[in-house]
Amino acid sequence: MRLLGDTLRWFTDPAHWQGSDAISTRIFEHLELSALAVAIGCAIALPIGLYLGHTGRFGFVAVNVANVGRALPSLALLALALPLAFALGLGLGFWPTLIAMVPLALPPVLTNAYVAVRNVDGDVIEAARGMGMSEPGILRRVELPLGLPLILSGIRTGAVNVVATATLGALVAWGGLGRYIVDGLALQEYDRLFAGALLVAVLAITVEVAFGTFERLATSPGIRAERAAF
Amino acid sequence: MTEGEPLIRWDWIAGHLDELAFRLGQHVELTAIAVGVGLVIAFALSLLILRTPRLEAPITWVTGTLYTIPSLALFALLVPITGLSVLTAEIGLVSYTLLILIRNIIRGIRGVPADVREAAVGMGYAPRELLWRIEVPLALAVIIAGVRLATISTIGLVTVTALIGQGGFGFLILIGIQRFFSTELIAGAVLSVALAIAADALLVLLQRRLTPWARAA
Repeated sequence: MRLLGDTLRWFTDPAHWQGSDAISTRIFEHLELSALAVAIGCAIALPIGLYLGHTGRFGFVAVNVANVGRALPSLALLALALPLAFALGLGLGFWPTLIAMVPLALPPVLTNAYVAVRNVDGDVIEAARGMGMSEPGILRRVELPLGLPLILSGIRTGAVNVVATATLGALVAWGGLGRYIVDGLALQEYDRLFAGALLVAVLAITVEVAFGTFERLATSPGIRAERAAF
Repeated sequence: MTEGEPLIRWDWIAGHLDELAFRLGQHVELTAIAVGVGLVIAFALSLLILRTPRLEAPITWVTGTLYTIPSLALFALLVPITGLSVLTAEIGLVSYTLLILIRNIIRGIRGVPADVREAAVGMGYAPRELLWRIEVPLALAVIIAGVRLATISTIGLVTVTALIGQGGFGFLILIGIQRFFSTELIAGAVLSVALAIAADALLVLLQRRLTPWARAA
């Protein structure tokens, strides 16, 4: 129980809310890098996934990318990103962490985008084609809105992965919430360690819940009604 | 990463084979215990869910939340309680296997065709026999698919336990990062990925051996 008291004191200590090591700064850093990594991941994976889904080509690859992604050990990715960042002259901290996080966001986004477009009812696409819609038009105005819930849930998985793993960035001298955990372990300051762990856990769960809510809101009422019917 | 130093120094690797073998053993041991214990717990919880479907939602919620907690955070939350120990590592590692394993065990057993089950009951199988001699063997392919996923992700997570003094190949990565020594960190990273691939291949072979009928179908 002393631990809980210490942790509470750690949180209420005004020193932990100011300066470069402030809790708010660390949360912002963490979210900033995660958002950037997910955005880059989407910029690469969404077009590929949507295109492959629309044409139905390379399905085996698109589906298995997700399994490969789950097997990528995060610490190994970070380890490999470090010499790469050095070779590119980018140094420690932010860049190697970003380089290691992008591959974590890619697989779920790509696979879900592919499956989302593939799963759209063939009759609907046929009807759209019959109405004279162009192929890009079909992708944009039929397949995309119908596949949106699945596409978004792929982005959610990627985002939660990245937010969770960005913690390790502290090992290569980046900031973020992992700082408290790594420093807490190194200094044997269990209040800092415990507080950092709590913050990261809460942040990951918050991202998961926030995305889930957004997914529900972004789902078109037509699909929602259809789903409720099942 | 230092000027003039090659990316990989093979002489270091040749001189540290003992160390690599030791880390391999540690990595395999941590993984095997985690997946083994995880399988036992997941099996018990799955049977509970199959008997009392009302429990499915709460159990999935708890294991799903555990799964969402970042690995380093989970280990860190446990350190003040169980210290920098194997126990801390295993509690975390086991928690991460549960969601995947339970999902596959349930999916596998529920996937057994109803007429097969009916035939077995008609032939006089008691519930326990039905489970062990009909349902589990038929669900085995799906269950092993879950074990494969759990094993691969555990091998990845074991590297993170280097931060709490365990780690297997992860230890090499951590020390490599701290010493700025690319040979050691690349060796750790490549070997942990290789171990995951090897373990997965081994489990595929095991599955073929245990479910010969799946190949005929």
